[in-house]
Amino acid sequence: MTVTETTVQLTVDGRPVEVPKGATVLDACNSAGIDTPTLCYAENLTPVNACRVCVVEQEGSRTLIPSCSREAADGMTIQTDTERVRHSRKMVLEFLGSGVDLSQADDLAPWIDHYGADPDRYGDDRLRVTEPVRIQDDLYIRDYDKCVLCYKCVEACGDDAQHTFAIAVAGRGFGARIRTEFDTELPESACVYCGNCVAVCPTNALQFKTEFDLRQAGEWKPDEQSVTRTVCSYCGVGCNLDLHVQDETIVKVTSPDDHSVTSGHLCIKGRFGWTYVHGR
Amino acid sequence: MADLHFGPDKPTVDEQKAVDRVVDATMGPAVVVEDERMVRGGRTRRNERRHLLLPVLHALQKEAGWISPGGLNYASEQLQVPPAEAYGVATFYEMFRVDDPGHTDDVVHVCVDAACQIADADSVIAALEAQGRHVHRSPCLGQCERPVAQFIQGRAKPDRVDADDHVASVAAVPQAGGAGTASGLLLLRRAGVVDPSSLESYISFGGYKALAAAFRRGPTGVVEEVMTSGLMGRGGAAFPTGVKWRAVAEAAGDAKHVVVNADESEPGTFKDRVLIENDPFAVIEAATIAGFATGATKGWIYIRGEYPLATRRLENAIEAARAGGYLGDKIARSSFSFDLEVRRGAGAYICGEETALFNSLEGYRGEPRQKPPFPTTNGLFDSPTAINNPETLVNVLDIVVDGGDAYARIGTEQSSGTKLFCLSGHVAKPGVYEIEFGSTLGRLIELAGGVTGGDLAAIMLGGAAGSFVGPDALDMPLSFEGARAAGASLGSGVVMLFNDTVDFGPVITRLAEFFRNESCGQCVPCRVGTVRQHEVLVRSGGRPTKGQSELLAEIDLAMKDASICGLGHTAATAVRSAIGIGLVTGGPEGEVDR
Repeated sequence: MTVTETTVQLTVDGRPVEVPKGATVLDACNSAGIDTPTLCYAENLTPVNACRVCVVEQEGSRTLIPSCSREAADGMTIQTDTERVRHSRKMVLEFLGSGVDLSQADDLAPWIDHYGADPDRYGDDRLRVTEPVRIQDDLYIRDYDKCVLCYKCVEACGDDAQHTFAIAVAGRGFGARIRTEFDTELPESACVYCGNCVAVCPTNALQFKTEFDLRQAGEWKPDEQSVTRTVCSYCGVGCNLDLHVQDETIVKVTSPDDHSVTSGHLCIKGRFGWTYVHGR
Repeated sequence: MADLHFGPDKPTVDEQKAVDRVVDATMGPAVVVEDERMVRGGRTRRNERRHLLLPVLHALQKEAGWISPGGLNYASEQLQVPPAEAYGVATFYEMFRVDDPGHTDDVVHVCVDAACQIADADSVIAALEAQGRHVHRSPCLGQCERPVAQFIQGRAKPDRVDADDHVASVAAVPQAGGAGTASGLLLLRRAGVVDPSSLESYISFGGYKALAAAFRRGPTGVVEEVMTSGLMGRGGAAFPTGVKWRAVAEAAGDAKHVVVNADESEPGTFKDRVLIENDPFAVIEAATIAGFATGATKGWIYIRGEYPLATRRLENAIEAARAGGYLGDKIARSSFSFDLEVRRGAGAYICGEETALFNSLEGYRGEPRQKPPFPTTNGLFDSPTAINNPETLVNVLDIVVDGGDAYARIGTEQSSGTKLFCLSGHVAKPGVYEIEFGSTLGRLIELAGGVTGGDLAAIMLGGAAGSFVGPDALDMPLSFEGARAAGASLGSGVVMLFNDTVDFGPVITRLAEFFRNESCGQCVPCRVGTVRQHEVLVRSGGRPTKGQSELLAEIDLAMKDASICGLGHTAATAVRSAIGIGLVTGGPEGEVDR
């Protein structure tokens, strides 16, 4: 029995937790049944530790640590609900809410309530991100007023999935933005319209045009949508597709993050090549 | 060849030549013949070239006055870097611009940070603008002993600092000359004595004795002596150098690196510039010893882009050392090979953070990496790396010659050796001073002729990332433990004096603006926290109410606890210390304290 070599044991909020070697502190929190807010973290992407909303307190560490990327180690003592943790999480959410529009960041809303984050206390004259909505094609839109710079789209476009490298972070500090080179319009850029950036966006800064148009018309009704799982019919790879259907019409296509073939990523055909279904 | 997409913009002939000069000089013509029936390229080849991105961008900026779409396309293609990423890198730095300036003139960078701010930088800027000059308001330029600092970014000609032409660099070392080596100076003993352009001169003043001693002691012996010496890093973090070197020496990996962190950008700091300008060979010899001790064969000196004279002297010294057999294959008839390369930064305070520096040098945006893993195992190019400040390294020369024990007897028990301090602001004789650890702050100020223009109101200790102390701190012993006990930090050795005529409101507001501008933007607490801090100070005119001070404290705590790197951790320290010791008496309580 070589349990000691393949697992590590740590303490989370006073509870002993055992996780496989190589697991993160976030994995340990999850296995202890402790819910942790995340934003820039995704199972199908390399952690970038940028948003800092998942920070926890580690005994002996001068600062808080990002749970999503820190490898769990034997003997770690982790606290997830101390005054310091609550403060930093609240402030991160406030900071984000004070600068960008989180109205469609559905996963964050409960945490904003939970930690009592109040973005408005930074004043009406505070600096916000103000960018025009970029509508440059029929497939998706980019609304950077909602962008929290989580780097997910950059990673999905880059070496975590697509290897197209059409977008990167440009500029510095609060002026940093996701950009093509010289803000070239998307159709003229390296973009291959796989839509993997849209699929990983946590705040709806990137939206499929179908969703955007329905929202503009006030007809986006996620509660009335059904999801049908199927297999893409274009090639032999066998990507699973989730067809999101509203009013008998496909409104977007995703792939399950845990699918062994796609890890949630698709190509332009699977993602957008469905209009023939409706005879268009 | 990577499957990269390039836009239609083409480079000018001159832009093309500028890029080729950098790439060709380093690695021959840049592949990839389209009809060649052989795959040449791919990830490895890309990675080999990526680190040339920063030098290539420098070349384009110099040639055209901006990084044009055609120039960027060509550079990206030659280096096989996605254009979007190259654009992301180009937009990261103060010295690069990605829009056409519409003129071919020099751009005058004028410092607006504390020492220059209180020397009325605004008037200087107004005067320059009245002459029709193109002015760029710059963060600290590292010439605080001669405010108002200026740096001229030339178009198609070298960058320059006019002050370098009419003030000898040694003027920044008031202790130099006179008493000469009898002055008791260790780090600065050759300043003003040695000819910084001559290897022979360096050798005649004891140069390369330390390397010979290092060879006698062997790599392990050198590390042992550095451990024994108790030497701690002089860049601001005060980490034990011996511990760092031992870790690199013991780390697994064939390719190890030494990096000299000369990206001196902490407002108020200019010691490394002065040290390099006056004694460049000492830094090179010490870096070579670091390579020998840690098993690295490749060294890099990453120097501030705004330090043209120090850069020239370093490059010249490296050439001379190479020609003299002190760099390159089998150095000084030993079996040890080591070479150094100079890389210029392009204006980004954050690149002084060690992992941001690695990213910058590798051709990526200068965003800090999460630690662990640490540079000693995963540093430059993911290899074990010893990264040290120039001042730290120069200490090693005496340690290797005289032994760690002898060195440890200098200074205090916990802070061994001597330290360079950068005196600026309202002080009679500004400059770099070397004193033994444990001497008091008051004694140091006395050495520099005391405060000018009024009574002493406050001292900024350790830089913008440090803190303000009042006149009651003059008895503080200048040692790491002494500063810590007083709730301050020596940081990079900044001692900036402010007399009682100074209005501290604008001073701390500018400090906050500095951090706001220099935040890389990667993590939320720092990216937004620095903006909100600055906004509070702008609204209050630098005189926050009690409620506003409480909000600043909340912002500070989140930045300290949750930021990725030291920039965020310290972005509110100086501001809060100024409030704490009453330099800015609070404004009236507003209805809303925000």
